[in-house]
Amino acid sequence: MTTIAIPPGMPQYGDVPSYDVAAVRADFPILDRTVNGHPLVYLDSANTSHKPRQVLDVLREHYEWRNANVSRSVHTLGTEATEAYEGARAKVAAFINAPSPDEVVFTKNSTEAINIVAYAFSNASLRPDADPRFRLGPGDEVVISEMEHHSNIVPWQLLCERTGATLRWFPVTDHGRLDESGLTDLVNERTKIVSLVHMSNILGTVNATSRITQRVREVGALLLLDCSQSVPHMPMDVVDYDADFIVFTGHKMCAPSGIGVLWGRTELLAAMPPVLGGGSMIETVAMSGSTFAPPPTRFEAGTPPIAEAVALGAAVDYLSGVGMRAIQWHEKQLTAYALDALATVPELRIFGPNVPVGRGGTISFALGDIHPHDVGQVLDSLGVQVRVGHHCARPVCTRFGVPATTRASFYLYTTTEEIDALVAGLEQVRKVFA
Amino acid sequence: MQVDQLYQEIILDHYKHPHGRGLRDADDPAASVAEAHHVNPTCGDEVTVRVATDGVVLHDVSYDGYGCSISQASASVLHELLAGRPAAEAFAVHAAFVELMSGRGEVTPDEEVLGDGVAFAGVARYPARVKCALLPWMAFKDAAARAGVDTSPTEVQG
Repeated sequence: MTTIAIPPGMPQYGDVPSYDVAAVRADFPILDRTVNGHPLVYLDSANTSHKPRQVLDVLREHYEWRNANVSRSVHTLGTEATEAYEGARAKVAAFINAPSPDEVVFTKNSTEAINIVAYAFSNASLRPDADPRFRLGPGDEVVISEMEHHSNIVPWQLLCERTGATLRWFPVTDHGRLDESGLTDLVNERTKIVSLVHMSNILGTVNATSRITQRVREVGALLLLDCSQSVPHMPMDVVDYDADFIVFTGHKMCAPSGIGVLWGRTELLAAMPPVLGGGSMIETVAMSGSTFAPPPTRFEAGTPPIAEAVALGAAVDYLSGVGMRAIQWHEKQLTAYALDALATVPELRIFGPNVPVGRGGTISFALGDIHPHDVGQVLDSLGVQVRVGHHCARPVCTRFGVPATTRASFYLYTTTEEIDALVAGLEQVRKVFA
Repeated sequence: MQVDQLYQEIILDHYKHPHGRGLRDADDPAASVAEAHHVNPTCGDEVTVRVATDGVVLHDVSYDGYGCSISQASASVLHELLAGRPAAEAFAVHAAFVELMSGRGEVTPDEEVLGDGVAFAGVARYPARVKCALLPWMAFKDAAARAGVDTSPTEVQG
């Protein structure tokens, strides 16, 4: 057998960024536990990720050492808490290459972040003096896709109901890719915003956005990317992607639940009317009326999730320490391994791309006509944790003619041995329901 | 927790070979017929239960649906236990099944009352699956009420 060497000067196989997976796993205390007498095999990171000790330590330290409310105290604790909170904002901004920390709005999660944009449209539509880019009415159009999570469908449905605008969507191909064939018709002069998932939480598809971005710019619309499934798993550069807004959530990227991010261009956030009113988001308040703080504070009414934001900063440090490029490669290798391994399981049908290109480490499938709840239950008895159901993406299930799917999803701590455990578990499922 | 406590042979048998499946018209054109369609929004399971009755006896309890082994086997057991029974007895069985499923595995089922329904005792230990087992039973209760049956249970004579 001959091997063909890659010529010197070209990227070599050994150049692929990598890390010690066993060392990473040692940072996650929960990975040591057992489930139903078996070692935990956690294949549900697309649902929520686990948290490394480094993040949990920061959360604890915050409450034990610098707990205070932010942005309103002159005392030392308040100052330290505010510095930690704003420091986290700066870390998140650097993580996605945002030009300024002020472009990072802390939210509860991705859902809230999308709703802030949708309600800013709604509120602007009621005000004749509002920025016309945010004013919607009959004849205007909002574009999403058939592969969205419900969080990127329902807020826009509600917005269109309130304003009389029309909701349109990109279809999905049989291979689980975005069908862009109707792009020029779908995104047109009537389009005000395109809100698109970057990586599908059910199909695993990673959408190539450049053609769509180009078209969005041609027609003068805005572009929101739902990066809930992509920011945790691959490098993100909001300048390079040329988006107007992106949203993501902390709990899927090693941070606690209750903290998410809306990133928006400075001038767009500045043009958006407030959504939630209350403390912190104001400039001045009189009984006759109020004026509002500039972004990001304008969109952070009330006491924010302070410790959670600080912990998100720690999660960003942790992920950056491992290396997003390396995490992306690790998951790409796992995905290739898993697609091959699942192909050996009789009667298994994958929904979404069946090659490890233009997709991430989230794989949905059907096992014969065995209901996903039954698949998930038998796997659970073997310690294997997968998600079953419609994954809050019911239109995708409808598109592929199933009420639900079984989904395995990977992260930086996932191993090929865990994928082997999944495949062995699926054999057990087939035996029970033979 | 062993998974075979959940997937008892009886449950798998009902799932693979369901009894009385399919929505049927009433034999007696004078019968009151009503149905209810219930869904489990977390998993997309669906069942429609149809009741044909003269108000005293449930002449037929027919059903159709799609879902996991637990929900579909439960519909099969529902049919087997309740079709042809006096309504009052049927609702006593209904109450016993609901009590079993709500008991977190602490309730000892009475086979005289529940028949193959006792196999669902293990399901009660899995909170995520209790709703699957109850889906057809809740649809049945709605359908019976719509058909004009008094749904208060009485004692079953064993």
